[in-house]
Amino acid sequence: MSVTTLPERAPAAAVARISRDEWLMRLGVILLVGWLLLIIALPLWALLQKSFQNADGQFIGLANYARYFSTPTLFGSIFNSIGVAVITTLIVIPLSFTYAYALTRSRMPLRSLFYAGAMLPLFAPSLLSAISLIYLFGNQGLLKGLLGGGSIYGAAGIVVAQVFYCFPHALIIAVTALALADARLYEVADALGTTRGRIFRTVTLPGAKFGLINAIFVVFTLVVTDFGIAKVIGGQFNVLATDAYKQVVGQQNFQMGAVVGMVLLVPAVLAFVIDRIVQQRQVALLSARAVPLEPKVNRARDVGLLIYCLVVVGLLIGVLGTAIWASFITYWPYNLSLTLRNYDFGTFDQSGWSSYANSVAMAALAAILGTAIVFTGAYLIEKTKVLPGGRMIAHLLAMLPMAVPGLVLGLGYVFFINASWNPLNIFYGTLLVLVVNCTAHFYTVAHITALTALKQIDPEYESVSASLKVPFWRTFGRVTVPICMPAILDIAVYFFVNALTTVSAVIFLYGPGTKLAAIAIVHMDEAGATSGAAAMASVIVATALGAKLLHLLLDRVLFMRLQAWRRR
Amino acid sequence: MDALVKPAPGGDTASAAAPLLRIRSLTKKFGQFTALNDVSLDVPKGEFVCFLGPSGCGKTTLLRAIAGLDPQDAGLIEIAGRDVSHLPPAARDFGIVFQSYALFPNLTVGANVGYGLVNRRAGRAAMDARVHELLTLVGLKDQEKKYPVQLSGGQQQRVALARALATSPGLLLLDEPLSALDARVRLRLRDEIKALQRRLGVTTIMVTHDQEEALAMADRIVVMNQGMIEQVGTPQEIYRNPTTAFVADFVGTMTFLDAEIAGPMSLRVGAIELACPNAKRFATGASVRIGLRPEEIRVRNIDRETPNQIATRVTGLDFLGSFCRARLKPDAAPGVALLADFSLNLMRDLAVAEGQPLTVALPPESLRVFAKG
Repeated sequence: MSVTTLPERAPAAAVARISRDEWLMRLGVILLVGWLLLIIALPLWALLQKSFQNADGQFIGLANYARYFSTPTLFGSIFNSIGVAVITTLIVIPLSFTYAYALTRSRMPLRSLFYAGAMLPLFAPSLLSAISLIYLFGNQGLLKGLLGGGSIYGAAGIVVAQVFYCFPHALIIAVTALALADARLYEVADALGTTRGRIFRTVTLPGAKFGLINAIFVVFTLVVTDFGIAKVIGGQFNVLATDAYKQVVGQQNFQMGAVVGMVLLVPAVLAFVIDRIVQQRQVALLSARAVPLEPKVNRARDVGLLIYCLVVVGLLIGVLGTAIWASFITYWPYNLSLTLRNYDFGTFDQSGWSSYANSVAMAALAAILGTAIVFTGAYLIEKTKVLPGGRMIAHLLAMLPMAVPGLVLGLGYVFFINASWNPLNIFYGTLLVLVVNCTAHFYTVAHITALTALKQIDPEYESVSASLKVPFWRTFGRVTVPICMPAILDIAVYFFVNALTTVSAVIFLYGPGTKLAAIAIVHMDEAGATSGAAAMASVIVATALGAKLLHLLLDRVLFMRLQAWRRR
Repeated sequence: MDALVKPAPGGDTASAAAPLLRIRSLTKKFGQFTALNDVSLDVPKGEFVCFLGPSGCGKTTLLRAIAGLDPQDAGLIEIAGRDVSHLPPAARDFGIVFQSYALFPNLTVGANVGYGLVNRRAGRAAMDARVHELLTLVGLKDQEKKYPVQLSGGQQQRVALARALATSPGLLLLDEPLSALDARVRLRLRDEIKALQRRLGVTTIMVTHDQEEALAMADRIVVMNQGMIEQVGTPQEIYRNPTTAFVADFVGTMTFLDAEIAGPMSLRVGAIELACPNAKRFATGASVRIGLRPEEIRVRNIDRETPNQIATRVTGLDFLGSFCRARLKPDAAPGVALLADFSLNLMRDLAVAEGQPLTVALPPESLRVFAKG
């Protein structure tokens, strides 16, 4: 045997029952649970507590709630919010599923381009569509005549703006649901001589059922909890989100704000819980051996769907484009000559361009900090075996923000960090709080993305590195992170874009010197400077799109250069 | 239950005195399910042992407990005389190869093999030399710069083997290493792994559900069922003298018949009386099961002296390539079906065909007797 022997390692201490690796993992899990408690659970607890207190901080039981429900102008908002959400859902779901059907089940040309086009609203603050509608149908609207004396301000305006804002969210779910289809089911149905209508009812719909339910709840929750659109175009029509803002910012009535926050939490949590229960009943319809469906050519169908998609994407781009176009207009609608004056933000809002700089800094920090914590946390939860109870709690806490509206979490932060006993109150109004709040608000989707990526890699890497006596963190850095790099970039961009465009999560939290661009939009709009608001929204859209394009470019470079190992 | 593995063929008595791996009363539960039930086992240094059993029998659980990946609930594990029962995997001394290979896809073949050498501070040159040596050993010396995805399944498995051997572990653990490969590659790799193990003399434990693989590769086979060891023995012992009906059924093919002990050396199957020296372990009148292997039924050279002759009729024939498997129905016991393997020569010489009468003999020593239940 001609095998060279390497120097023997020092014999391991025989009494070491728990390795250094395991201590490190345990420490990691404990830190993760502590961090999630701090940034998610404690603020919500502070909000709950506040709703049971009077202005002096004394416990008064349900008195605040009693007052809320005996004030018709307040609890009437519940019906307004639900009504608007139901109508929006009824419109968005069929629209998005038809669009998704065209993308996944037809041979229509340019499908990926149509998909990308429909995603555009994701890169703008929700209130952008409302600003556009005001430019088109508002008091000085270009197309006001089409309304025949009706007004866009109020429920109608909210619904139309929400349809634009929610469309891509519903579409993502619809495409995922419809893309998963087993061609063999359709072949069997065909072979048995089934009619088209029956195939649709017995194969297509059941396959997409869970996606459909999920999309309904997502849209409903988005509308109920969105703040920006109702603020801009709601007029005298009160909804829960604007009530919370009015109570806290307008009247400084923090207790009533807390009650509205708790009320706002109810539909969101309810939707989340029902959706979870339904999803748990879902059985894997698609076995590992399923054959992906390749739609056949059907000229009539493809042309029909192409026209439909052109109309939808035209409207989406039209609405997005209106605000951008209007931001370059001298005096809407009387002097349509182009100008850059609206981009001189200092003339509308004290903070000028600095709010934009704050936004970019905040979004970049949220992307870095959020991605690092989410991915490391998901790794500890998915790939280690230490402290099973701790890991379960961490996972539950990570899933919680999905059910918490940004406005509610923001309120919780205000109460939590302002509490006199809290040593963290020195951070109030700092960029750091805004960053942490954003990472908490958008935690769940990022967490699920990371978990999905981690579940896809071989479960034995940790075992192999332990058998080779390589510490787990080296394998994490040398193998796990490089393999998951595409998912990590996805998460970073998700944090960046959402932190840049969110209004609701941060509206209560900024301080002097840390105003964000999205908040500046709200303020400019409030002050009547709609053109400045449109210009700032356009800058945000451009930045978010720029980040996304950079991501695509980086992904490509990464794939070509650094990820050569993926190619055969 | 103490199932001690005896020294390997040709092994000296010193190694029997101090087994490399010593397991005592190992127990592991997953909730209500008992995956390992009081398992004890010794493996001498240098031996190739296969854990064989159906899925869910506890063989992989036992392997993972030895590795420390899924620690046992109770019991003792010693590797080379050192109690490792509660040590983390990294403090034990083993290399492991998984069914999925678990190669790091973003590292080259060379970096994969050298992965465990990095923290040994042996110097770059020594490390490279070692990687090269191992790749030569598994026949992949010019593939060092490639990525795993560029290799075939068999080549990937060899890289995984080289990686596991790189740190010269005292114990090599193989978890169904061949089952993801196609049949032809599997046969070749089977021989290669066996030859490599012989050459390096590394004590090896392989988990498999493939009895043929176990029979071909192992010095000893540990047959497991429902979290317990059914039998430990050389491939020959396991095949020829299965101690339980489970082992007899799981390893090789066997026909089972219900029987009754008729006397100290005989038993009865329906109306047929058979001589059977193995019957003496049971009391007369006891209900038992007897088993016999299809290849042991005799057709040629039957004369008047031949014991256990029975008249049968061929009721079915399956052509299986190099031989035919016949179903025989004894005239005196129409409810019974015997399986018999006939060579193609025999088929031609005797012109065996379906429906044809055939007198066969069941050699008395080939009848195994098992307790019923």
